[in-house]
Amino acid sequence: MADTFTVHLKIWRQDGPDQPGKLVDYTLDKVNEHMSFLEMLDVLNEEIVAEGKEEPIEFDYDCREGICGSCNLVINGQAHGPKDMTCTCQLHMRNFSDGDTIVIEPFRAKAFPVIKDLVVDRSAFDRIIEAGGYVSVKTGSAPDANSIPIDKTVADTAFDYATCIGCGACVAACPNSSASLFTGAKLAHLNRLPQGEPERKKRTVSMVDQMEEEGFGDCSNYAECEAVCPKGISISAIAEMRRNYVKATLAGTEA
Amino acid sequence: MPSFSEALKSQVGRKVLTGVTGVGLIIFIIFHLATNLQVFGDVHAFNEAAHALESMGWLLYVLEAGLAIAFLLHAYVGISIWWNRRKARPEGYEKYQSKGGPSHMSWASKSMIFTGIVLLVFLVIHIDTFKFGATDMVMLPGGEEARDLKGLMISTFQQPLYAFGYTAVMILLGFHLGHGFWSAFTSLTMKHNKYSALMYTVGVIFAMLMAVGFLFIPLYIYFGGGCEAALIQCQ
Ligand code: HEM
Ligand code: SF4
Ligand code: FES
Repeated sequence: MADTFTVHLKIWRQDGPDQPGKLVDYTLDKVNEHMSFLEMLDVLNEEIVAEGKEEPIEFDYDCREGICGSCNLVINGQAHGPKDMTCTCQLHMRNFSDGDTIVIEPFRAKAFPVIKDLVVDRSAFDRIIEAGGYVSVKTGSAPDANSIPIDKTVADTAFDYATCIGCGACVAACPNSSASLFTGAKLAHLNRLPQGEPERKKRTVSMVDQMEEEGFGDCSNYAECEAVCPKGISISAIAEMRRNYVKATLAGTEA
Repeated sequence: MPSFSEALKSQVGRKVLTGVTGVGLIIFIIFHLATNLQVFGDVHAFNEAAHALESMGWLLYVLEAGLAIAFLLHAYVGISIWWNRRKARPEGYEKYQSKGGPSHMSWASKSMIFTGIVLLVFLVIHIDTFKFGATDMVMLPGGEEARDLKGLMISTFQQPLYAFGYTAVMILLGFHLGHGFWSAFTSLTMKHNKYSALMYTVGVIFAMLMAVGFLFIPLYIYFGGGCEAALIQCQ
């Protein structure tokens, strides 16, 4: 067994939506460098449960392998913590040292209300997807694979944007709480493919309108979202979203 | 589909507006600096340039109106973006830190609202000092009478408050443009992975050139002793 070390944690505790919360201090001395950040919290929760004085800390996760987009902590002021292109669940305790103080807060945005402790409601993203993040398909017998030729570079770029896991770190890190990177990634994925072409304009306008409706802020091109995105989505997606929006509306072409 | 005016009010439309007005203001300050640098030209060069502008008649009014609209729209949208962000995150972080890398978080980008509002206040003082300031009249070589703006400029910048106040504001303009130049292109949808870093660097160099170009004049006049300064020819 590797040596264990101690970390001091300041964790946001909040009983429920719209209730006051605060940072609570914990010290955990059984940390091992191979633990993931979430496993470290599991160990802390075991201690809390064993002690029986307070409820365990609620935090979100599902796959724990960096693909589902559920985990969502702001660690020492950075969404998903200090490591580039890494989700909270893939962050290991070897990125911290003995005696470190680690502040853990939920993703903060009006559109992501806190449910409890570190868990926030990200259904605003679902509604942005519902507004246009789909393509129409002909139902009936299964279509031939590869019946629509797509240039390799186009397919690759679409795939790069499709790797967005909808975690919301871009919103959490944005000083304006803008959802432009998430929305831009979805649009850049679907709008460039022939399957997405028929609804391109309608999709762009509906999804842009929906993100404003949900209460996300404007984009000021800080590019902090790109820095925290676990999938390294480029803010070029945002420029592309604007281009499609302008073509659909201001440039006056028909939908 | 939203109408043209609805589209302009959307999040994308607002950014296009900041970008378009921002680029408009950039073009304006390039011309403005080129004109200002004429003080180092021949005795009458600066007054002639200013007089040529004033003799444009209705065209000048159109340009001035366009400029005023650009400034007001730009400030209005910029302030409203800043206002929205406060609503979009009612409860802030106890600890917040940029992750660096591709991020463009910097003092310049975080202070756009501050540098912008300083520029707005400056603009009022600036127009009052020069556009509406009292001047002597001079005879230009062409035989026309014109306002002696060069004289006004020299006497203004011999006062330390103006010389150093203008210098400070021009440094802030440099910061505004340091983020603004690149940001405007990105807002206007011109962002290409391959050229983005280059564009950002070009923007920072442009911002420094503008700031140094503008602040050189008051400092040179102040430290050079006005008409005593080597590069300035007075009558
Ligand atoms: C000479 C004067 C000015 C120039 C050349 C200038 C230029 C620019 C440029 C190029 C941008 C980037 C646009 C974009 O992000 O799309 C910008 C952004 C901005 N400007 Fe100015 N500006 C000037 C004056 C002002 C004034 C008077 C204000 C008043 C409040 C202001 C407030 C802002 C703000 C808040 C932003 C950031 C917008 C955002 O968050 O996205 N600027 N400016
Ligand atoms: S763009 Fe990146 S940070 Fe934003 S939701 Fe998608 S994966 Fe998460
Ligand atoms: S838990 Fe699924 S991505 Fe982290």
